[in-house]
Amino acid sequence: MGSIELKSVSKRFSTFEAIRSIELKVEDRERVVFVGPSGCGKSTLLRLICGIDDVTEGRILIDGVDVTAVGSAKRGVAMVFQNYALYPHMTAEQNMAFSLRVGGVPKGERKEIVRSVAAILQLEHLLHRYPKQLSGGQRQRVAIGRAMVRRPKAFLFDEPLSNLDAALRVDMRLEIIRLHEQLKTTMIYVTHDQAEAMTLADRIVVLNHGNIEQVDTPRNIYHHPANTFVARFIGSPRINLIEVDRLATAGLDELLTVAARAFGPKVKSVGIRPEMLQLGESGPFSRYCRNVEYFGSETIAYFEGFDEALLAAKATGETHFQPGQAYTLSIDTSGLVGFDANGNALLAR
Amino acid sequence: MNRSSREKSRSPLARQWLGTLIVAAFALAFAFPVYFMVSSAFKAENEILAIPIHLVPYEFAGLEEFRRAMEIAPLGNYVWNSALVSFVNVVCTLLLSAMAGYGFAKFDLPFKNFLFFFVISTMMIPQQILVVPLFVEIKYFGWVNTYWGLIVPGLMNAFGVFMMRQFIAEVPNEIIEAGRADGASEVQIFVILVLPLLLPALASLAIIIFIWSWGNFLWPLVAVTNEKLAVLAVGITNYTQPYQRQPMWGAAMAAATLTTLPVLIVFLAFQRHFVKGITAAAIKG
Repeated sequence: MGSIELKSVSKRFSTFEAIRSIELKVEDRERVVFVGPSGCGKSTLLRLICGIDDVTEGRILIDGVDVTAVGSAKRGVAMVFQNYALYPHMTAEQNMAFSLRVGGVPKGERKEIVRSVAAILQLEHLLHRYPKQLSGGQRQRVAIGRAMVRRPKAFLFDEPLSNLDAALRVDMRLEIIRLHEQLKTTMIYVTHDQAEAMTLADRIVVLNHGNIEQVDTPRNIYHHPANTFVARFIGSPRINLIEVDRLATAGLDELLTVAARAFGPKVKSVGIRPEMLQLGESGPFSRYCRNVEYFGSETIAYFEGFDEALLAAKATGETHFQPGQAYTLSIDTSGLVGFDANGNALLAR
Repeated sequence: MNRSSREKSRSPLARQWLGTLIVAAFALAFAFPVYFMVSSAFKAENEILAIPIHLVPYEFAGLEEFRRAMEIAPLGNYVWNSALVSFVNVVCTLLLSAMAGYGFAKFDLPFKNFLFFFVISTMMIPQQILVVPLFVEIKYFGWVNTYWGLIVPGLMNAFGVFMMRQFIAEVPNEIIEAGRADGASEVQIFVILVLPLLLPALASLAIIIFIWSWGNFLWPLVAVTNEKLAVLAVGITNYTQPYQRQPMWGAAMAAATLTTLPVLIVFLAFQRHFVKGITAAAIKG
């Protein structure tokens, strides 16, 4: 078992409130990702769960037991740090065995546990090496191994892949999913990379200024964002947010009608994902292309918008756009999201 | 090849030679007194003060002056006392400085910055000013003419605290936090995780404290009047300022050579760490 419950958890550093009365329950064996911009409090929240920092107010329960006042080592959680935090003067084996060593586990048993974990992580041939003799990915695996030997109730990952190159990051992401399926342990993962969040999470927790903006599955977070912050933060390129007042003047009467019918009179802006903005045959909505990004399998084109923000459109790699040229665009309204004056999502009627 | 290109290709070499000559001149100026001391230890007494200077002994006296130095004063005692004082000073200073530096660098303590500046501000006070109050203090404790009086005032060193704090500040917090998360106690974190990372700094500090302690003259002169507790730096004056007899420069040079030897050995043995430690401290400081 490894459920984690946060009850009105707050953290203040002097006068700065990093975490504001957070309520959250992470179920046993669940893979939850904390995501948010820099300074949103995601790492702080993870450190509070780990017990590295103390909460200012509130309680933390692990498996229903209040561990708010319990030290980090006795909470039954293991953390993998962003910079690996391997002990540089110890070999990979000594690093992985450290918690067992200070825990008084006999040497023979220590060796056995480390070897079995090393086998899972395919680290056996690297156990005698020092951290400086390992590559970034290998160091990361040692750091995960160090957490694994403790057989924790939950793994806490603090942006563990941020120092790796793009290709290795994808490999490690798959490795972490494989490990989670193998170990069947609760996992909380902090990242600012939404691709990591979307691919790793059973549920995503979107944080902003120490508050939870939304907790939901990746699919729901993407298609049904709770507010404009979540809508903007998740999805690359960003969602196109257009104020409804601008729709009529742009000749988008049909879209205005759809938005009003779907979300009622309170709707102040609509969100259109870039893949919903497509090249049209003919119509009143024409825009100049400003910039094009070609990614091979897909092309992102940026068109002049209604204010400083450009409108992003996602098309297949075969689609050609020419910057400076005007294009007729059409909007797929099936996935339209409406927001009220406060930026909160409106339920489609 | 035209003239200007020849000048261009020659000038870096010429600059290199000029630099080497300047450095060599400085090195000679600093090394000469040491050479004179060692060579004089093997000269006959009348040769030492001869003008012009005898660069090499005309009459090689062998180890005669070393034997004489042993006879005139309890040189063995001096060596033992100096070694004991230096050893205890080095060990305790390393330990206490590392502990204090760790506290200042990695813990949130009330008035931490004020206390740290207070500690390092003591580096600005000359030792001569501290001699009288320190003497009053050890007299109060009854430590005059004891090893306690000789050793204890040198156990803590503000420079050591400063140096360790600068080094420890560079140890990533994550390593300490990982240690805590792994279940290590604060003592285990300090001893097993932090101290090994400080080895270059500790080696540098050990050399600095050893040299300072081994050559310390003023405090041992004041704290101890008993010949049996005298250290080398004080004992050596017996040869140059003896009561009711002429100075014995040969014996003094032999004793001085013996005094310098351990410092030289320690320095050469830890030189690599010393340079590394000092430069790192400079960058990180």
